[in-house]
Amino acid sequence: MSGNWAVEFVKKALLEVQEYVRLCFAAGRAAVSRPFYFRDVMEQIDIIGLGSLTVVLLTGFFTGAVLALQSGMTLDQFGARPFVGRLISASMIKELGPVLTALMLSGRVGSGIAAELGSMVVTEQISALRALGTDPVRKLVVPRVLAGFIMCPILTVVANAVGLLGGWIIALTQLRVASGVYWSSVVEGLYIQDVWMGIIKPFFLGFVIVTIGCHVGLRTSGGTQGVGRATTNAVVASSVVVLIVDFFLTRFLISILF
Amino acid sequence: MATRDVTAGPPAELVEAHAPVALFDRVTLAFDEKVILRDVTFDVRFGHTKIFLGASGAGKSTILKLMLGLLKPDSGTIWVLGQRVDTMTEAQLMRVREHMGMVFQEGALFDSLTVGENVGFKLYEDSDLSLSEVRERVEEVLGFVSLAEHIDKLPSALSGGQRRRVAIARAMITRPKVLLYDEPTTGLDPMTCLSVDTEIVKLRDLQQVTSVLVTHQLRDAFYIASHEARRNGREVELVEASEQKVEEADFVMIREGRVAFEGSAWELRHSKDAYLQTFLS
Ligand SMILES: Nc1ncnc2c1ncn2[C@@H]1O[C@H](COP(=O)(O)OP(=O)(O)O)[C@@H](O)[C@H]1O
Ligand SMILES: [Mg+2]
Repeated sequence: MSGNWAVEFVKKALLEVQEYVRLCFAAGRAAVSRPFYFRDVMEQIDIIGLGSLTVVLLTGFFTGAVLALQSGMTLDQFGARPFVGRLISASMIKELGPVLTALMLSGRVGSGIAAELGSMVVTEQISALRALGTDPVRKLVVPRVLAGFIMCPILTVVANAVGLLGGWIIALTQLRVASGVYWSSVVEGLYIQDVWMGIIKPFFLGFVIVTIGCHVGLRTSGGTQGVGRATTNAVVASSVVVLIVDFFLTRFLISILF
Repeated sequence: MATRDVTAGPPAELVEAHAPVALFDRVTLAFDEKVILRDVTFDVRFGHTKIFLGASGAGKSTILKLMLGLLKPDSGTIWVLGQRVDTMTEAQLMRVREHMGMVFQEGALFDSLTVGENVGFKLYEDSDLSLSEVRERVEEVLGFVSLAEHIDKLPSALSGGQRRRVAIARAMITRPKVLLYDEPTTGLDPMTCLSVDTEIVKLRDLQQVTSVLVTHQLRDAFYIASHEARRNGREVELVEASEQKVEEADFVMIREGRVAFEGSAWELRHSKDAYLQTFLS
């Protein structure tokens, strides 16, 4: 009985992965052939990129600030308070910037895409699109994937910048570390490999978030309730996958960069 | 973008005189374990009206989706406009769909686009016309369904009946050879039903559109079967249909995924079958 259940579960999961991979390939093929919906890409860059700016700014700023507070206390034990900038830049740019931005985008963009495409499925707008001779992957998936792919790294850089800024304000006002000391420590803490890692990771994370949102949205069934379910699933799945992909990507990048 | 003029007629080989426009041969389809259609066979003749009746859940919408290639049958063959659609790839199907239009059950308008963008969708996507030419054509088609003044509104600002008529306008803008209507009058008040029925008759008789209609409202089905549109100078009037026109409307009753009846309005009215009788009363 429970064996049966497990087999069914594995079958379903494999089917889901197969459909997901198929969607990714279809999107890849559609992205490099005509027709290409340039206007839709720009629109999605606006929605995904600019729309997420506020939440990314807030997340980045307060993460940098709290990092400064916490590491300030720890560093005091070693009398190493002036090195606070080093700690912040290393952890922010290598890890926290990309991951936190990606998690925020999962919540905001992944759910939004799943809800939008899901309601288009249940109201038959996707069928209507196909009936009118337009490929939904080309028209809906490709612009979103490209926008996520382009905007996730940019938003990550923004998050890193305001994170360092937040750390600076705390260092200056709470920890009484001079500006010059803070910023030179920030620069000292950074190796070029770290910067590469911080830039390469968000491309993959952005791609994963958006493709999962599209996949879950397009497979919605069961009316309005189904849309709600799809939205939740998209957020949960993309958040977890972001962390998993981040781990393996980090391992891989360490092995080739260092 | 592309270089085809989608408002032009279909290639000649698709409209051989008197070839059936659509042909279903022993089509069977199941979702998971549940059999939706079982050995469904029928054809749709050029210029005729095919009317599918049946309780909800009988499989009527599924038949229309199969015809458009939105779904694939498990077995059986489907021919549309001289092409076998059940084995086609999505890219090949796009060429067939150019000559077809579908009015979905709830309209299925794109709710992020205006009425005008919805109606002109196919032309904006894929034609040689300039933006102003498309706009002109959109206004013309919206005029046909008496909604010209709503061109810049969003679909959410329209009533149910108006949305249904926008959906008809969107389906007909490229002058398709075949129009599929999925319950175009369900849930509308009698006056709006009448105006939708009138559009269907006008399209069929004035533009020679082969019509496939799904409904469970008999009144609309009989109205469409028994009326004919005539051009009278600049005016269009609906008159009692000639005997031949009445003959060109075929009724098909779908019951639990099977064809339970096929015949003319007269045969349907005078059938002795108990199920048909309860459905008719
Ligand atoms: N995508 C689907 N997956 C599973 N079952 C479906 C699907 N689409 C339709 N069905 C089922 O097929 C049957 C026929 O549906 P449909 O053709 O929409 O009926 P109707 O005659 O009311 O238009 C219904 O029982 C419906 O639940
Ligand atoms: Mg239906």
